[in-house]
Amino acid sequence: MADSDDLQEIEARLRKWEATTLKEALKALPERRKEFLTTSSRPVRRLYTPLDLRGKPPSERLGQPGEFPFTRGIHPTMYRGRLWTMRMFAGYGSADDTNRRFKYLISHGETGLSVAFDMPTLYGYDTDAPEAKGEFGTCGVAVSSLDDMQILFRDIDVGEISTSMTINAPADVTWAMYLGMAESRGVPLTKLRGTIQNDILKEYEAQKEWIFPPEPSMRLVVDTFEFGVKQVPQWNTISISGYHIREAGATAGQELAFTLANGMEYVRWGIDRGLKVDSFAPRLSFFFNAHNDLFEEIAKYRAARRIWAREMRDTFGAKNARSWLLRTHAQTAGVSLTAQQPEVNIVRTTIQALAAVLGGAQSLHTNSYDEAYQVPNEKAVRIALRTQQILAHESGIANTVDPLGGSYYLEDLTDELEEEAYRYFDRIQELGGVIASIRKGFIQQEIANSAYRYQREIEDKERIIVGVNDFVVDEQPEVEPLRVSAASLRGQLDRLKRIRANRDRKKWQRSLDGLRKACEDEDANTMPHILDAVRSRATLGEICDVMREAFGVWEEPLLY
Amino acid sequence: MAKKIRVLMAKPGLDGHDRGVKVIARALRDAGMEVIYTGLRQTPEDIVEAAIQEDVDAIGLSCLSGAHMVLFPEVVSLLKKRKAGDIVVAGGGIIPEEDIPKLKKAGVRVVFGPGTPLKEIVAFFEKAGAAKGA
Repeated sequence: MADSDDLQEIEARLRKWEATTLKEALKALPERRKEFLTTSSRPVRRLYTPLDLRGKPPSERLGQPGEFPFTRGIHPTMYRGRLWTMRMFAGYGSADDTNRRFKYLISHGETGLSVAFDMPTLYGYDTDAPEAKGEFGTCGVAVSSLDDMQILFRDIDVGEISTSMTINAPADVTWAMYLGMAESRGVPLTKLRGTIQNDILKEYEAQKEWIFPPEPSMRLVVDTFEFGVKQVPQWNTISISGYHIREAGATAGQELAFTLANGMEYVRWGIDRGLKVDSFAPRLSFFFNAHNDLFEEIAKYRAARRIWAREMRDTFGAKNARSWLLRTHAQTAGVSLTAQQPEVNIVRTTIQALAAVLGGAQSLHTNSYDEAYQVPNEKAVRIALRTQQILAHESGIANTVDPLGGSYYLEDLTDELEEEAYRYFDRIQELGGVIASIRKGFIQQEIANSAYRYQREIEDKERIIVGVNDFVVDEQPEVEPLRVSAASLRGQLDRLKRIRANRDRKKWQRSLDGLRKACEDEDANTMPHILDAVRSRATLGEICDVMREAFGVWEEPLLY
Repeated sequence: MAKKIRVLMAKPGLDGHDRGVKVIARALRDAGMEVIYTGLRQTPEDIVEAAIQEDVDAIGLSCLSGAHMVLFPEVVSLLKKRKAGDIVVAGGGIIPEEDIPKLKKAGVRVVFGPGTPLKEIVAFFEKAGAAKGA
């Protein structure tokens, strides 16, 4: 940044400033706090200067945009070339209800689709399963069959738009339904673009939507990698997600560390299967949270890119530059939304979205202000989308590449987060790897500890949350409720009944038998069999039952 | 020495959001109570069985998925059926305002929404435990 003579001079001037100007200022007005902390309780110093970056040459730490180690972004021109994809996570009620919401969002300028599934679907149960009682369509859309998937994408050109699906334990089944839907419309699989989340490791750690134990689950994930490389080459077969780790209470540093540790675990499993790292690594995508602390969040994205590029190139020997790229989706922090004075959430979301864009994300979901209560209503979701459009078209932040690069504070934070991540990588390795750390409850306990500390800080007013523990008003918030209609549920149950009555029973049975055999044969790839079962009108629950029987069900270590 | 208050913290249904329930379990433990955490995906039957086995004074139910109107009242009615209606049931999570009177009518003693101070929740369980112990 500066040569050593300059640095000596800067240091001398700084000491002088401390002894004079600063000293007097502190005497006249002491600082508000003894210690200033980020959202993740990381201490922040008063001032950052070139001295903090001493011995860290920007040529190595930053590089050029679009070049190793990609700290400044994965594209040489970033948003000057193409804006990020505005992708709003949406889903509620029946496939019909959500299809209407998709069209509404597209008509308002959304540029990619993102499907939220309901709880039973996420756990591999059909809407008519006893476990699904009371849960239909409340947190997302129910998709129990290929027929539901057809309705969900009715009149939407899936050969053109890219679709992200937030589904994990049964991701292979849901993906097969999407592929089956495209196939029936004559859209070639090679043309399909999109993402399945399919990140089971963070389910054990944070989101908790697991079904099977870790080892068979990892095998299923690698089955999708292998199938995708051959058949659906433009599809991201995983979105390695820190989002949920953060939502569960992790700090920014833990989010970064656990997500990348998970990412490296998937790479190891892919290589162990015999896949060439450069064949599947370019299809690995990421998903990070964008929380309140602007600079800490931006630093997290930059550190993530740098670590991933280095590990992929140096540890895993990837030669293809596309394998080094950490491409990421971002979502503003749901957990930061308050039920109190909900309109104020629009401001929080704006700051968080700003962090994601300044951090160089490839796509973004902005939360709606009413999401502390429910799946958002139309007005709320439109404001959230408009927030992104204002950042893109009015704020000027998309005009230049990595506008904050070189900020002493930001670069120092980026380095600190990177160091914290490596400390966790070492710890996880000492414990025997990611899966061993999950079995021992280490990662879950680290997250729970951070969640508890954060709550105590709010309780003790060491941390102010506007409208919650300060600036409180006594008023009942006005949020227009969004309820799932009884008619939607009836329609869904009727459709399932019709499917079960009308399908070719022999074909259906044969496909499930084939899947069972594939599950038991460790050398087989399950994906073609799942696709076959979906085409034979087997439902999500039926397919997952076969797998539950073959693989068993995970029981998590209990801790708090 | 007074008997420790025993609380069962439970996650009924499929909802996997366990940040809140764990924070509260820890706050109750730090306040000197015996806390039993059931883990996720418990049916109302599982929860009532555990509450009776563990001889608890109160149950805290957490649900953020919207299934509370089905699951919470079922826990209360099963407790009554098993002659354990004296176990106090509290609810928490994302519960619309208009559902709260209905839940209370169904026998859920209190519903804690987002942003409720931990000390308020601790005080509730202390009082519930003391009343039952007396």
